Amino acid sequence: MAIYEEDVAVYDSRRPNEPTYAHSRPTSEPRWVKWTLIGLGVGFMVIIIVLPLLIVFIEALRKGISVYLNSFADRNAQASIRLTLLVAAIAVPLNLIFGVCAAWAVAKYEFWGKSFLTTLIDLPFSISPVVSGMVYVLLFGAQGWFGPLLEAAHIQIIFAVPGIVLATIFVTFPFIARELIPLMQDQGSQDEEAALSLGATGWQTFWRVTLPNVKWGLLYGVLLCNARAMGEFGAVSVLSGKILGKTETMPLYIESLYNGNKFAAAFAVASLLAMLALVTLIIKTVLEFRYGDELAGTRKH
Amino acid sequence: MKPSVIPGFGLTLGYTITYLSLIVLIPLAALLLKSATLPVDRIVKIATAHRTLQALYVSFGSSFIAAIVNVVFGLVVAWVLVRYKFPGRRIMDAIVDLPFALPTAVAGIALSTIYAPNGWIGWFVGPNGPLHLGWTIAYTPSGIVVALIFIGLPFVVRTVQPVLEEFEQELEEAAATLGANRFQTISRVILPRLTPAILTGFALAFARAVGEYGSVIFIASNLPNQSEIAPLLIIIKLEEFDVPSAAVIATIMLILAFAMLLVINLVQTWARRRYGDL
Repeated sequence: MAIYEEDVAVYDSRRPNEPTYAHSRPTSEPRWVKWTLIGLGVGFMVIIIVLPLLIVFIEALRKGISVYLNSFADRNAQASIRLTLLVAAIAVPLNLIFGVCAAWAVAKYEFWGKSFLTTLIDLPFSISPVVSGMVYVLLFGAQGWFGPLLEAAHIQIIFAVPGIVLATIFVTFPFIARELIPLMQDQGSQDEEAALSLGATGWQTFWRVTLPNVKWGLLYGVLLCNARAMGEFGAVSVLSGKILGKTETMPLYIESLYNGNKFAAAFAVASLLAMLALVTLIIKTVLEFRYGDELAGTRKH
Repeated sequence: MKPSVIPGFGLTLGYTITYLSLIVLIPLAALLLKSATLPVDRIVKIATAHRTLQALYVSFGSSFIAAIVNVVFGLVVAWVLVRYKFPGRRIMDAIVDLPFALPTAVAGIALSTIYAPNGWIGWFVGPNGPLHLGWTIAYTPSGIVVALIFIGLPFVVRTVQPVLEEFEQELEEAAATLGANRFQTISRVILPRLTPAILTGFALAFARAVGEYGSVIFIASNLPNQSEIAPLLIIIKLEEFDVPSAAVIATIMLILAFAMLLVINLVQTWARRRYGDL
């Protein structure tokens, strides 16, 4: 190893500690170009991404801590937080079970129509959230396929919690599957075959061999799925009916506060979701940094 | 199916297909059927209504401009992150993904507060700002573009960045020894190799922007025929119980989304053939 590293040091013209007199090396840009580009990139990011994040917390705390905390004492605010947690608690586990099944089927076997199946799994990503929500109106709405049937049975899906849950499942559908599929394809099935040949049952193989192999990828997928599930707005907005205190998730509650000119309260609730986004980003970055090899090959969203 | 010793094929594939059908395929089929069973002249009338065409024009036009801006600045951001070391680089790298993680409603109210005439940037570029530019961003069509730039940026950065990281610097050295100056090396050696990633990033950002709803409705004034995006028009039609119109507009958007998906796949196939497996 030592010899190899020395070799690199001799022949590599891109040595990091090279003295700065070589500022016009043929494989780098002049200093002024470099710093102009850094300025442009950082400036753009600050204007487009950092300022909006900052303003959420500034506006939330503008009228002081007590007003901020009081925003959460409101019964409707608490109801929206509970509903958001409930929706994520149903949608994420369902998509987790689906993701594991889909990844197992796609990664461990060869069958006809496999790539078509993975395309279909990715489909919800390319559909507008509003369209994702309205397809359920066509199924379960008063004029929809199952509308009269549901009405006769006194079951309400549209403008009620089940509709919100369905829409959230739809928009977060691919997150876990699309993280696990490439990862399990890369890992192959040798480990599982070894376990089976040593006498393990199918379930033992899954719990003791496959699951430990993909645990970080699984966590990564769950994290992104959860962030989207708690923050979904468009699809949920079509199906919720926006009944204050009953069918408003946090993003919908933020909208009604904002449209009612209750800016401090709107930003207070928004600050909770912004913190969720920050925590998601931090855990995601740590996972990529620590366990980059145990996540799917390419970086994605 | 090829034989395999691993158990569970029937169970996992069966569950996958059932769940996929229940959640995604049957609802989408309901939408397509709803549009397909309408009389043709009704479909044409809805699809060519002035308000529908304007909404599609606003959605696609603003998404196109936003995706172009994102290609330019996304390229700069990816370049800076991969090629240079500077204080704060790590944080900048992590925060590129914020638009993926931040709920769109939060982004929407934050952007409209900043770009409103009395907001930080709205004041700066407005008539009373230090430069007397007299621009208004929020509550105009340019506000829509700003929101779409926000949600689209990570798509360009995250598709270009890995290609740039894997780029063989020997090629640059070869270009330099053959007498190319730095500008020639970048424009003739590096950029052509990045083209597939740039096109994919553009298409992803564009596709996402076309369907975006949450971050846009707060910053746009939502005036019919002027700053009303197609997803909003669908919601308005639903609220008016005009389900056929909503279904037709949604179907148009769905077809265009599939076309985008196809274009992305073609670009990637072309790139694999041209440059090998990137």
